[in-house]
This record gives sequence, C-alpha cells and structure tokens, in this order.
Amino acid sequence: MIDSKDLQLIKIIQHGLPITSRPFNEIGNQIGMNESEVIERLTCLKNTGLIKRFGVIVRHQRLGYTANAMVVFNIPDQSVVKVGEMISQAKYVNLCYQRPRQGTNWPYNLYCMIHGKNRSKVLQQLDQLIDTCKLSQFEREILFSRHCFKQRGAFYCTPTASSDLAFSVAHG
Amino acid sequence: MDEIDKTIINELQNGFPVCESPYQSAAEQLGISENELIDRLQKLLDDGILSRFGPMYHAEVMGGALTLAAIKVPEKKFDEIADIVNSFPEVAHNYQRTHDLNMWFVIATDTPIAIQNVIQSIEKQTGLHVYNMPKNKEYFVQLKLEA
Repeated sequence: MIDSKDLQLIKIIQHGLPITSRPFNEIGNQIGMNESEVIERLTCLKNTGLIKRFGVIVRHQRLGYTANAMVVFNIPDQSVVKVGEMISQAKYVNLCYQRPRQGTNWPYNLYCMIHGKNRSKVLQQLDQLIDTCKLSQFEREILFSRHCFKQRGAFYCTPTASSDLAFSVAHG
Repeated sequence: MDEIDKTIINELQNGFPVCESPYQSAAEQLGISENELIDRLQKLLDDGILSRFGPMYHAEVMGGALTLAAIKVPEKKFDEIADIVNSFPEVAHNYQRTHDLNMWFVIATDTPIAIQNVIQSIEKQTGLHVYNMPKNKEYFVQLKLEA
C-alpha cells in the first residue's frame, strides 16, 4: 500500500529525474526526506510494479520512426491469447493488446503497433509476422497514422484530480 | 546525434539504476564518464529527441484508468472535431489514421468511472459515436526503439 510520502515522491519525479550526480539526494532535499529513504521507497515502488521502469522516453518521430502502423486482427476467442503471446515476441512489435470487438463493423480483438522508418519496411515486417505466426487466415486491417494532433507525452493530469500523475499512455 | 548518443538511448530504454550515484553506474556500463552521460542526456532532452528521462507509471496500479477510443469523423469536419476532442485534458494522444474509423485517441483519467463521463461529453459535444476499446489484456513487449 502506498502512503502519502510515496505519493509525494511519485508527483515530484513525474516529469523527470534531476540530471545531476546525486538525483535522489536532490529529490529528497525538495521534500525533506533523506537520500536513502528516497532510494528505498522508489525501489519498493518499482518492485510492486507501480513504476514500470525508469529510463529514457524517446520521441519516436525524432528518431526517424515516422511510419506508425496499428494492425488489428480478428482472432477466434479460443486462440487469441496464444496468438497474442506469439505476436508480442517479434522484436519489431512495440505494443500488443487484446481489446473488445465493436460489433460486425469492427470485429477486431487483437491490436499491435509497429513503428518503422518507412511504410514499406513496416509492411515487410508485417508480412514476416503473418508468416511466422501463421496469421494469413485471419481478417485484419492496417491503419497507418497520418497526423498526430496531440501528443501530451506520457503525462496524465486532470486539473480536478487530487494528485496529478504521469502515466504511461504509450499508444502512438 | 552520434554513435554514443545512440548507445545511450538504446541502453537506457532498458532501465536505469536506483542507487546513490545512478549516472555513475550507468556511465560505467556505457564506457563513458559520469559527466559525459549527464551532458549528453541534457542535450538529448533540450533537443527534444527524448521527451522525458524518468519513471513510467502503471496507470491501473495507481488506481487510474486508460482506454483507446476512436471516432468515424467526416473528412470535412476533421479539424473541427479534433479541436473539440483535444480540448479535453484527459485526452492524451490523438492520431489521424488511414481508415473510416479515422480518429484514434487515448483517454487517461484518475478513476475508471471518469472514462465514461469523458466519452459521454465527447459524444454530446461532437454528435458522433465514440468507440470505446479498453484493453482486456496486455501482452508483454520490449518497448524499445533502436536509435
């Protein structure tokens, strides 16, 4: 269970860690907590899974990943977990989720994202995925992104919320 | 961006130590000095190649909720509808995609019930149906883009 001190920590580091030699000491100084307590609490938050990971969060367009495909499949319910686990093994698959079908117009239940440097490369990787995971018999669609209207980064913060927090909402 | 920058980006997408001198330990792994790592990270952030250096939280563990939503928007009204949808602070990403179902966005809220409220408000303000596709299951992937 997280307490108010954990929440303080979560809030203060949500936009990033200080880039200085002793970042956890600096954070501690800002909220009156010593460095070892900061480290202990953050380690614990990491172990419980509340912090998925620390590290760099890249702007994929700036790295040249401009072709971004959302590929959706209609997989029979009895095999969707097996297929999802197989698809997510491919190193060019960046996200993989199972989602509810939306009636006959949108019967898809498995979503994956492939970020690539150009469309032909992404289509080639998709062909490879279909071949490796034996997906050719399943109905599918490819939706490339045309324009990003809003990318708030990985932040979540509603003005009315009691605590403004950064979540991972990577689904670009 | 040179080879060292690329190595930093590639390696630090895998994680970062939580200890007294984390930049020192990460730099040792990368074979550069602590100062060099600090300078380069700052520059990658200033240049906008990195959006952030820090934690990624798990929304559901925090008690919050996320969903992926989509709307079939008539092409002519696209910008108008995009302005309405983007005006909601709970809308995180919004992408135009190549399909009849052409507007795809993520809604992030602090409670699961708030998702429904946001969807209803968007439907009311746009007059269009919002498809709500929360995840049923997430498959683990190595979320990493090679620089």
